[in-house]
Amino acid sequence: MHPFASGVVHLLWNGNARMKITTKLWIGIGILIILSPLGLLLAEHFKAGSAWGEWGADTIKEKAGYIPQGLEKLSSVWKAPIPDYTFKSWADKGLPRLSIAYIFSAILGILVVVLIVILIGKLLTKRGG
Amino acid sequence: MHIPDGYLGPATSGIMYAAMLPIWAVASRIVKKRLLARQVPMLAIGAAFSFVIMMFNVPIPAGTTGHAVGAVLVAILLGPWAACIAVTVALVVQSLLFGDGGITAIGANCFNMAFVQVFSGYYLYKLISGSSTVASGRRVIAAGIAGYVALNIAALSTAVMFGIQPLLHKTANGQSLYCPYALNVAIPMMLGEHVLIFGWVEAMVTALVIRYLQKQDSSLLEVG
Repeated sequence: MHPFASGVVHLLWNGNARMKITTKLWIGIGILIILSPLGLLLAEHFKAGSAWGEWGADTIKEKAGYIPQGLEKLSSVWKAPIPDYTFKSWADKGLPRLSIAYIFSAILGILVVVLIVILIGKLLTKRGG
Repeated sequence: MHIPDGYLGPATSGIMYAAMLPIWAVASRIVKKRLLARQVPMLAIGAAFSFVIMMFNVPIPAGTTGHAVGAVLVAILLGPWAACIAVTVALVVQSLLFGDGGITAIGANCFNMAFVQVFSGYYLYKLISGSSTVASGRRVIAAGIAGYVALNIAALSTAVMFGIQPLLHKTANGQSLYCPYALNVAIPMMLGEHVLIFGWVEAMVTALVIRYLQKQDSSLLEVG
């Protein structure tokens, strides 16, 4: 293992008594963010498609022989700003760019998730914990 | 396991939203009673973890992909009601920002992953843990088994939602209006891949993080 990586693992696993557990867990999440493109690269390498039952309308047509009418209508009801964790104009520009977009999506998604949880926390928690 | 828009008919989507509303309401009430301000960072970490772990698509060679959810892990750490809220936040952001899971299916996806998986996993963990101490090896095994079983129950629940669509909605010429796969296809496919592959990923992730937390500060496991 790379010495820096093994250093980080050593720090997180064996620990530094003074580092707060939440700090360690955030570092762990940071590592997961950096590694997240593995979720793309492994699927590409093993020629695995999307999850079962999560195909777009065109793939459904290949698989089932027709596009169910209701599915076709409903499938475009929402246009996500960053569909499939990538930018539309980067979708066919190769894995390096997809990986960058994936990491960016992970960071953005986690920022939004954390903001919402803090907001919910403010609304729900009692003082003095 | 993120059902997209168009796979569920309005009846199923509507009923699932209607089922989740009281669950979210009870979750808010219970969390309001129990959650302390200092636990909010852990809630944020739990939601962030669930969000990012779902991005790790695990491939079945030349087949489909799937992923862990982390729902049982969050439930063990924070209790099932707080975990329900954490996983819900992750799923809503995935749906609205990234189109991962349909907006009409948010109720259904939350029912499967933020309710069924969270609660079945949590109570199975409690059952297997019994009266063992929070630092015991039995807790790690309980976490792994609960992670495995609960992900599969959630996959089964998802498969049933897919599979009843052809029964509920058909055109005059016999074509399905929404998900075209019936129970006899959806259940073996969804359950098969989760029993064989993705369940083990969830089990490993859940057990490994619980072992890690035991080593760091086992009192963290007394909250949930």
